[in-house]
Amino acid sequence: MAVTFKLNGKTTTVDVAADTPLLWVLRDTLDYKGTKFGCGVGQCGACTVHRGGVPVRSCQLKISTLAGADIKTIEGLSPDGSHAVQKAWEELDVPQCGYCQAGQIMSASALIEKNPNPTDADIDAAMNGNICRCATYIRIRAAIKRAGEIKRAAGAVPASGAKPGSNPGDGAFDGTAGRPRSLFDAAR
Amino acid sequence: MTTSIRPTSKKVLDRRSFLHVSAIAGGGLLIAAYAPELEAKAALLTGRTRRADYVPNVFIKITPDGLVTITSKNPEIGQGVKTHLPMIVADELDVDWKDVRIVQGDHNTALYGGQGAGGSTATPQNWTPMRQAGAYGRSLLVAAAAQTWSVPEAELTTEHGTVFHRASNRSLKYGQLVDKAATLVPATPLTPQQLAAIPLKDPKDYRIIGTKVPGYDTHKVVTGQPLYGIDFTMPGMLCAVFEKCAVFSGKVKSANLDDIKKEPGVRHVFIIDQGAPARDGLMSGVAILADSWWQANSARKKLKVEWDEGPMATQSSAGYMAKAAELAKQPPVRNLRKDGDFEAAYAGAAKKVEASYYIPLISHAPLEPQNTTALFKDGKLELWSATQQPSGGRSLVVNTLGIKTEDITLHIMRSGGGFGRRLTNDYMVEAAAIAKQVPGTPVKLLWTREDDIQHDFYRPAQWHNFSGGVDAAGKVVAWRNHYVGFGDGTNFANSSGIGATEFPARCVRNYSLDVSMVPTGLQLGALRAPGSNGIAVAIQCFIDELAGAAGKDPVEFRRDLLSQWQADPPPPVDPNAAAGGGRGGGRGGAGGGQPQFDAGRMRGVLDLAAEKSGWGKTTLPKGTGMGVAFHYSHLGYFAEVVQATVSKAGAIKVDKVWCAGDVGSQIINTLHAENQTQGGVLDGLAEVLSQEITIEKGKVVQTNFGATDTTFSLMRIRQACPVEVHFLKTNNPPSGLGEPMLPPAAAALVNAVYAATGKRVRQMPLSKTDLKWA
Repeated sequence: MAVTFKLNGKTTTVDVAADTPLLWVLRDTLDYKGTKFGCGVGQCGACTVHRGGVPVRSCQLKISTLAGADIKTIEGLSPDGSHAVQKAWEELDVPQCGYCQAGQIMSASALIEKNPNPTDADIDAAMNGNICRCATYIRIRAAIKRAGEIKRAAGAVPASGAKPGSNPGDGAFDGTAGRPRSLFDAAR
Repeated sequence: MTTSIRPTSKKVLDRRSFLHVSAIAGGGLLIAAYAPELEAKAALLTGRTRRADYVPNVFIKITPDGLVTITSKNPEIGQGVKTHLPMIVADELDVDWKDVRIVQGDHNTALYGGQGAGGSTATPQNWTPMRQAGAYGRSLLVAAAAQTWSVPEAELTTEHGTVFHRASNRSLKYGQLVDKAATLVPATPLTPQQLAAIPLKDPKDYRIIGTKVPGYDTHKVVTGQPLYGIDFTMPGMLCAVFEKCAVFSGKVKSANLDDIKKEPGVRHVFIIDQGAPARDGLMSGVAILADSWWQANSARKKLKVEWDEGPMATQSSAGYMAKAAELAKQPPVRNLRKDGDFEAAYAGAAKKVEASYYIPLISHAPLEPQNTTALFKDGKLELWSATQQPSGGRSLVVNTLGIKTEDITLHIMRSGGGFGRRLTNDYMVEAAAIAKQVPGTPVKLLWTREDDIQHDFYRPAQWHNFSGGVDAAGKVVAWRNHYVGFGDGTNFANSSGIGATEFPARCVRNYSLDVSMVPTGLQLGALRAPGSNGIAVAIQCFIDELAGAAGKDPVEFRRDLLSQWQADPPPPVDPNAAAGGGRGGGRGGAGGGQPQFDAGRMRGVLDLAAEKSGWGKTTLPKGTGMGVAFHYSHLGYFAEVVQATVSKAGAIKVDKVWCAGDVGSQIINTLHAENQTQGGVLDGLAEVLSQEITIEKGKVVQTNFGATDTTFSLMRIRQACPVEVHFLKTNNPPSGLGEPMLPPAAAALVNAVYAATGKRVRQMPLSKTDLKWA
């Protein structure tokens, strides 16, 4: 069936079987490979995209239900990785294998949009559906706080409460781990 | 998708000098590239810049624009190797990291030697050769500048990719020197002696090594660019699924192939059967090829296969347990080590403890499901695969399908996690076998999560049956373990063994290690810190039990054990280990007590972990406890303290982990090292918290991710506690950080649960035991 929806701001029409999950429309029909397949049953969150700004598991969304939907994928989060969450992820070098990170970033960006100053509990609640097999969770928490900081600085949202990077696991190595650095500082 | 520096023609590769030098290099391999013929050819073949490129060796290319391109030969699976090995080269070469570009090398043993990801071997094997490669490149550039200016080399310095002559205030960038340097390559390849004579940097002069360098591909990851095996695509490609029997010994008897051929998008359906079911390789099954993966997998749901399940259909977890219990009561199949007189010492011990520990089967579950793209055309096979062991995959394809090695091109794709799963290449040979049936058509085989969980090479189960005795002073005087692992009755199965020098061997004078084997038809394999990830749990928990019997503090008791360490002559060799049936197939010294074990280094990290955690100095409320454990594996020494709280209802919350590690004199990438260590610690906690694979009627019960008996549980962010990482730098060669932090975390958590509740759990995972307390 032909379905028209908005993908990363662009009107997009696909003609595939009605029961095809959005995940496979993105990956195979439209060649958007950023959204990942991990479990196919909505357990791991690797396929997380935004529908109307809300994080959803694209492996569980049949294309037939998406006429007129507003879908955003990792490719649409920013043209160049300049979204606050992406910047924070790079600064803190969150990924190990990286496979889950597009899904993590989509969940995190939806959280930050609603709540740019989340506590650990807010973060755990919003991110519990996204599995990281490498267990980069400590950096994920710190990066979400850093993203909030970036967003608040840009949008002049009043800051209070959680202190960015205050997770006791951070910085134990030498006191600066995970703190923002420009990409190439280390080599200079 | 991957472009490697391949400045060589087939002709060059065949030259004796090249291959000869490559062999001398051992783990390093880069010396091979100093063959002068190679460099001459390279200048002609690269052709990407207007001027001739200068290639000091096959791993490094410096172009006149000043950019340095380094080939990363090993697979990137999240361990950070694509960034940290080039860091070593770049530092010795003395260039700025911003000028470094990294490309992934294809599989090419002639060019690169070994290309694996496993055993935490990349750092110890490449630390010296990579520094030498960089230093050699730098020495040629310095020589070129010296000639240009007619000054002695000794008057020149380098920094930021530039050679300086301070006396005359002159400088030349490397890019300006490459043409000249290319003429200075010695006529014959460097000997190892010559190579070793090239001066290396004093560690205090490192500018890149020991700093925080973000992953080279991090930007691509966070912007969702295609990087992984699963992301590869090409025109005309079909997508495939492969249905295998849920019983590992199963074969297809018949299937409704004609019905499936009528399903939407389906192009081909056929049975693949190589005859006898091949363990560790190509199983019998039905392949469905369609225009899209969803179509192929939808058609699969209508597939009806009649299986001949074979002999494994009678096996079960309950059966393995019963057999292991029976074996434990019988004389062992053999003894691996006997020191002193266990029986006499045990009989005379003041306190005796007997305990049996069970370590379950678990799955690797890397998040990217197994996949490979294959194109068979004109008798040649091209593969794009996320693999930890490309040479093993290629050999498997050669041996299974009769395609010649030289007719196979294997592109190494980034892996969405490894953990040991991709050391076995069953998915690669499946893709190759399917593609061979449709010559000229590229095929991407992609497994479902269920395929992965039900057709893994599982972390083998272990059964430890301990007897230990302490004397009146609280010292361990007798230790026996009758260890039972999977095997054929005489030899251990893959990753199922135990080392003859496993701790506390050499710390207890009356020591006996006996072994027996439970037969299985399961596929088994190495999981991150193979062997050690279970052995450490059993041994470090039993040490706590003995400490309890002795009335000693667990840290103090361990200090005392370590103080008893005595080196002995080379330990008796397990003949089975030589046949590859031992621990982890010999990958990277999984054994917890090889001859090079240094009790002093372990004492160092134990003291550090105790100090940082405030061990013995804090009063914890009831329901909260601290546990300690240490383990030596993969040349790394780790001691960890876990604090956990168990609610009255019996729910475990890990509060914090203090991790102390000694991996030698230098942490190469401090940014990634911390991340990797924290992840490995959390991985260890996850294993003992709730992970288990069970077998019924020869089939894996678990299907997908979840937190029930019929699903497999991975850690989620709510369970992730803070992990404080401390590295103790010692004057030893740097070693790897992929694995050794994991085993002590698992063990220390079980000890912490005991401290919190008084309940000694001996059957993993912890979730199977009711931990309620009042």
